[in-house]
Amino acid sequence: MTTDLWEPIALTLKLAGITTVLLLIIGTPIAWWLARSRSRLKEVVATLVALPLVLPPTVLGFYLLIVLGPNGLGGIFGELAGVRTFAFTFEGLVFGSILYSMPFVVQPIRNAFEAMGQRPMEVAATLRASPWDRFLTVALPLARPGFLTAAVLGFAHTVGEFGVILMIGGNIPGETKVLSVAIYDFVETLRWKEAHILSAGMLAFSFIVILAMSLLARRSGQRTF
Amino acid sequence: MVSPAGIVPDVASEKAIQVRLAGSLGGFTLDVDFQAPMRGVTALFGPSGCGKTTILRCIAGLQKLPGHITVGTEPWQDGARFLPPHKRAIGYVFQEPSLFPHLSVRQNLAYGERRAKTPHKAIHVDDVVTLLGLTHLVDRDPAHLSGGERQRVSIGRALLSQPRLLLMDEPLSALDRMAKDEILPYLETLHANLSIPIILVSHDIAEVERLADHLVVLQAGRIVSSGPLNDALTNPQLPFAQERDSAAVLPATVVQKDDDGIVTLDVLGTPLFVVDHALEVGHDVRVRIAASDVSLARDRAEQSSILNLLPARIVGIDAVGNAEANVRLTLDEQRNIEFMARLSQRSLNRLNLHVGETVVAQIKGVSCTAIG
Repeated sequence: MTTDLWEPIALTLKLAGITTVLLLIIGTPIAWWLARSRSRLKEVVATLVALPLVLPPTVLGFYLLIVLGPNGLGGIFGELAGVRTFAFTFEGLVFGSILYSMPFVVQPIRNAFEAMGQRPMEVAATLRASPWDRFLTVALPLARPGFLTAAVLGFAHTVGEFGVILMIGGNIPGETKVLSVAIYDFVETLRWKEAHILSAGMLAFSFIVILAMSLLARRSGQRTF
Repeated sequence: MVSPAGIVPDVASEKAIQVRLAGSLGGFTLDVDFQAPMRGVTALFGPSGCGKTTILRCIAGLQKLPGHITVGTEPWQDGARFLPPHKRAIGYVFQEPSLFPHLSVRQNLAYGERRAKTPHKAIHVDDVVTLLGLTHLVDRDPAHLSGGERQRVSIGRALLSQPRLLLMDEPLSALDRMAKDEILPYLETLHANLSIPIILVSHDIAEVERLADHLVVLQAGRIVSSGPLNDALTNPQLPFAQERDSAAVLPATVVQKDDDGIVTLDVLGTPLFVVDHALEVGHDVRVRIAASDVSLARDRAEQSSILNLLPARIVGIDAVGNAEANVRLTLDEQRNIEFMARLSQRSLNRLNLHVGETVVAQIKGVSCTAIG
């Protein structure tokens, strides 16, 4: 196979991997807050997190383009990093993917924290565990199935991302040309064979992801979707 | 060692648990102020919804209401200070056994022990395992234990965190009859072997009679009475004495064991005979005397099948309904520990009984529980 095929696959895996790791780090405190807080702001934040579920990816991409561009935050932070803009860069894609895949990571973790209830944390507190200690030794292990679901869904969803990437990433080989864009490109240029290979790969990947999720959910005795 | 039933150790402020809480929680108002001794079992008793669990949670720091909580000389909560739960030296046993499902029984037991701040550990795993009969359970997974076994492990886990105060929120109520009967003896063993004060939330008077030394009675967020167990049980102002199965609970020591199965107890200097094979000489026991098992006579009837004929002095007569009355009696007026006889009004009139007279109390049935 040619680099035409391998490059987008490698780039996609890199993007999805980095996005998933960052999302687990960012999403856990958000999920914890959403599961525990009694603040009125809670529903507003939950809605913001869930927005990418219903928003057309092109709309999200359009606003991201403005934010990442030279006249937005991208211009301000880009200057510090020595670039003019974050639009059409790999870093920009990571930023966009985090927002785009956020609900798929936050929701399962939040569900797991909510299903756990208050009791295990109270028990740990009466056994002298400090808040951090009980979060690490009780909440995280008990929410493990939720984290697994979140990681798988976040990764898979990022792999399948198209609209947002087209808007903010463009089609730069090795930088922003991910799988879904590459397939689109192959079809446009009538390279059916390559389009077939990548599409069939995605089909198999998606099937495996959903099957794995169902098996995970059955093993932990709770359904997540 | 624990004080015998019904005799309160000094509730001198410095050595007591002091709780003063006043505030509202979602429409429910709590306003309580009581002291519990630093020894033995204090029961918080009342119907569900009276606020007893809320009080326990406030003592643990799991919930916050305005007020003061002092344990011994340590203030846990006052005006500005609020010690978070993990900094309070408590052991907490929740109503339903709450073992960590991701840890083995052994790891559950070790969880609190590892985090205990005390430099020298007074309570060791081996002791707890023996005391609570956990030997064959330690290597199992919590999911494979029965409810009663799980609750025993929960109690052990709480004890191993080296608490200065053990809080138990109806530890038996989520269990079925059999599991209850399985755990009660263990709780009695704890009571006898530990020097840690225990605060027990309960709505079951039978449980209280077996375990408590001190009784705090609650009703709708307020304290109805607080004092030694037997004072509450025999107090005519409280509902306990009016109950069909009202009883007194007195402290006693086993002084003699005969071949015919009769055991002699010393109750405040008066001998009392019971049939009980489990007791050994030297044991401290609590004796439950039901009011309906006590009848009164002017003279000592020598030709009676009843073994226990005790001279007692009448200290009070209180009507129970229209046809009956409780006669309150004492064996030792200095210590003022009372028990009751439930008589019909007709018998009362026929014998013409009055306060201050000495009568013979015929005690038909006595139930005994070892406390040490």
